[in-house]
Parts: sequence; structure tokens; C-alpha cells
Amino acid sequence: MEAKNKRRLFLEGMRDGMPICLGYFAVAFSLGIAARRAGIDAFQGFLMSFLNNASAGEYALITTIAADAGYLEAAVITLVANARYLLMSTALSQRFSPDEKIRHRLLVSYDITDELFGIAIAREGYLEPMYSYGAFAVAIPGWAFGTAFGIIMGNLLPALIVKALGVALYGMFLAIIIPPAKKDKIVGVLVVISFAASFVLSRMPVTADWSEGTRTILLTILIAGAAAVLFPKKEEE
Amino acid sequence: MKTNIYVYILLAGLVSYLLRVVPVTILRKPIKNKYVRSFLYYVPYVTIAVMTFPAILTATGSYVAGALALVVGGLLAWKTESLPLVAAACCLVALVAQMF
Repeated sequence: MEAKNKRRLFLEGMRDGMPICLGYFAVAFSLGIAARRAGIDAFQGFLMSFLNNASAGEYALITTIAADAGYLEAAVITLVANARYLLMSTALSQRFSPDEKIRHRLLVSYDITDELFGIAIAREGYLEPMYSYGAFAVAIPGWAFGTAFGIIMGNLLPALIVKALGVALYGMFLAIIIPPAKKDKIVGVLVVISFAASFVLSRMPVTADWSEGTRTILLTILIAGAAAVLFPKKEEE
Repeated sequence: MKTNIYVYILLAGLVSYLLRVVPVTILRKPIKNKYVRSFLYYVPYVTIAVMTFPAILTATGSYVAGALALVVGGLLAWKTESLPLVAAACCLVALVAQMF
């Protein structure tokens, strides 16, 4: 009975993970197009996505690699771009059964992403690791193979098409930040300020010579930090 | 300094995992401080916005194609919230714009 229940949970996770897998494949494909420009090969792209499971974080890493900006900057930009997972993980940690085994805590946290966190937290009761593993089993390959496939296709397709596909990632970024900006005015103002400040720093003497990663780290800490002090969010949930 | 792509990837993977695993294993408590919570809430929007612009302008090698993709993508994201649709529209606009 126990084994059967685990199997059922795993299959449920796989079922709910399928649409996520398809979405991941598409996003990862465009990430692969960008990775290829930075000189990352298909296997390296597969490994990067398998180990990181993060779109914005991996894109930031790619720009750091492209600029040959050093390991410290790569570590810091990954920390900044993925900082939101800290918030998700703290939320998820409240949903584990108090006597959940440590190995399940170690494994479930491996792939906390916006989407996989979303489907896990939406369920009732204590977190069921087998459900998350089922979703991971389809989502992780979708993400990792999508990246490798993007790199391979980037080498095969005509340059005109590859350049056009390169814009897809920015389109997805817009689809991530614009709808919340519509609902939360402060987020909207932050997006506009971020666009403007990023543009100015990319053209100004001195800061124009910095890598894109350095500018992103600095602006994120300054703008998000100022917003947190001036407009702290009220307690949610 | 001669850098190695594998070192970059492993280092980033380690940082990504630590961010996710530490709250679940060591901290195990919700973040109470409203300023820290707010900072973590605002961070992704600022980071993604900074990475999007002006980078989108130079993504295709044509400023016009990049700018058109930004405008169309931005408007569509405001209207539909559909991630695949916005991404596909940006590609199409960039493709057509490059042909002229």
C-alpha cells in the first residue's frame, strides 16, 4: 500500500510536470542560442542547465562567461539573480513534515524554481517529496536538453533565424516583469528606473567599461535595496 | 587569468544549490524581517529589467529590430501575460525587421 501510494504520487508529479517540461524546453532553447554566442558547447550547456535550473541566473552567468569576467563575479551574479529562490525555499521549508528525512530535504530543494515551487506549494498538507520527484523527472530533462538543443540548432540554422531567436529570451523576460508591473505600481516604477539606469550605466564613461554582470549586481542592490527601505511590503499569507 | 567554462558552471551550480538548500535544511524558519523580505521580493524584477535593456537592442545586430521587438513585446506582455506568445512575437518582429 505504501509503495503504491508513492508510485501514485510520482505519477501525479509527472503529469503536472509535463506542461512545465514543454515550457522549459522552449525557454531553454533560447537560452542555448545565447549560450552558443558565449562559446558554450552543447554538453557544457546541458551541464549548466542540469546544475543551475534557473533562467535569469543562467543568462547572467552566460554574460559573465562571454565577458570573461572572472569567477568571483560569476558567483556574485548567480547569487543576486537567484536570490528569490531563498524566499521560495524558506516558504517551502515550512511545508515539510517536521520529521521529514534529511535526504528528502536535500533532494527536493535541488529544483526549487518558480513553476515547480508553485505546483508543490499549491497542494494541501505536508509536502510530498515523491510528487516533486515526479515533476522533476520530466522538468529537469526538458530544461537541460532544451539548452543543449538550442546550442546545436544555433550552429545549424541560418544566421538570420538565429539572431531573431536570440530575442526570444528577452521577450520572456518582458513577459515575466511586465504583468506584475501592471498589478503593483511600485514594481512598474522599478522596472522603468532599472531600464533607464541600466542604459545610462552602459553608456557612461567608467561604468561602460564594467562588465554587464557588474552593472547588474550594482543596480540590483541599489534599486531593490532602496525600494525595500522606502516601500517595504506588508506581511503576506 | 585563464578561465575555464567548467569552473564557471560548477561554481554557479554550487551557489544556486546553496540558495535553495540552506533554508530547507539549516534555517527552517520564515524570514520575519520585512525589509529583507521586501528586498528579496523586488530583486528579480530589477535584475531581469537591467539584463533586458539595453541588451535587447544589440541582440540581433540591428538596433531597429531590437527596439521594435522591445516595443511589441512590451505591449503584448501588458495585454496577454502569455510567455510563449510574447517570446514568439518578439522573434517574428526581429526576423521581419532584419529583412529590411
